[in-house]
Amino acid sequence: MLCEEKGAKLKVIPINDAGELLMDEFKKLVTSKTKLIAVTHVSNALGTINPIAQIIQYAHSKGVLVLIDGAQSIPHVKVDVQALDCDFYAFSGHKIYAPTGIGVLYGKYKLLDAMPPYQGGGDMIASITFEKTTYAKPPNKFEAGTPHIAGVIGLGAALDYVSAIGVDKIAAHEHGLLVYGTQALSKIKEVRIIGTATMKAGVISFTLGEIHPHDIGTILDKQGVAIRAGHHCAQPVMERFDIPATARASFGLYNVKEEIDVLVTAIQKTLEVFA
Amino acid sequence: MSDFSDLYQDLILDHQKSPRNFGELADANHHADGYNPLCGDKLTLYLKLDDVGTIQDIHFKGSGCAISKASASMMTVALKGKKTSEAEHLFHEFHDMVMGKIDKAPEDLGKLKVFEGVKEYPARVKCASLAWHTMEAALHNEKDVVSTDDGKGSEG
Repeated sequence: MLCEEKGAKLKVIPINDAGELLMDEFKKLVTSKTKLIAVTHVSNALGTINPIAQIIQYAHSKGVLVLIDGAQSIPHVKVDVQALDCDFYAFSGHKIYAPTGIGVLYGKYKLLDAMPPYQGGGDMIASITFEKTTYAKPPNKFEAGTPHIAGVIGLGAALDYVSAIGVDKIAAHEHGLLVYGTQALSKIKEVRIIGTATMKAGVISFTLGEIHPHDIGTILDKQGVAIRAGHHCAQPVMERFDIPATARASFGLYNVKEEIDVLVTAIQKTLEVFA
Repeated sequence: MSDFSDLYQDLILDHQKSPRNFGELADANHHADGYNPLCGDKLTLYLKLDDVGTIQDIHFKGSGCAISKASASMMTVALKGKKTSEAEHLFHEFHDMVMGKIDKAPEDLGKLKVFEGVKEYPARVKCASLAWHTMEAALHNEKDVVSTDDGKGSEG
């Protein structure tokens, strides 16, 4: 959308067959004209944890700003925006068990201060006359109008909840499930796991022979297993792997190994239906 | 065993495995493209109509889930030899059935009644109806790709 508005050119960092960013290719793409590098921390479609610290370091050595999409990482990977030194970091509340319609955009103060507001409304004005309007300082400058108060309180509670358990502890638990699940699913010969990065969060994206993921989703659902099926709003990734869609099992802090056993049985049942 | 046989009936599974009237139709005089952006299902429908509005032949090609493929396949079988007016009539009946607008599937849908179970799966209604919407567009020779997108966008 920014490209349409500003006439900017979008370049895409390619990935290998495991779903990992090709860092050498990435470095070649950065030129003196590069304005912003936007990269997802964790791929929603593949589970890859991208080496964002390296990316940020390289980008900054070339004077380029970095925006990290942390929607998939925030409840699963410990994030310290200052240590990472990223310029912007965004995440949605509902991915960290908060209500929908609330999220966070972190930005370095000097950058936010230099940016114009994107909409007008209450509480974003410092002073106003007919001649001149002075905007409030960030973050108020970007929070025009009546805020989503209930959502903010819900997000705060969710962040407190996750912090009390500890993201490290959650990550370790989910990694255990990932290892167990990957082994269990690999034993089913029709299963092809899409996304086999060394650094991976707790999701297993897979295909099952010729069975369409939406059929897998419906049949698993009937057996009490909720997965995501589809292109995950990542059609270019699907094209990269030459598939229309995947089925994806995602693990959270509340999942247990026994549920993976149920998943395996449900997958076998699915294979029987289409046998 | 959990019951999903209401949706994945043998007849549906058979048609998805070996779809009938599959592939291009060289001498088609009507065709239309259908697309379901939510699933990525794609379908092209070919019709050969004669002067009095009888469907002489009907073919489809495309890719999609079992429900969409079986629905397209069974539709072609049901419509071959029918008048376009009958096709329109069946289209409306089929649509009302999968949308759950009628309590009991109309008898004249014949074998197509196996899709009645779809009404219990709101997420799958579009899979079953894509072929029919595309057929309707082909009858009217609509140029635009038929989309099942209702403007609600795709989930992320």
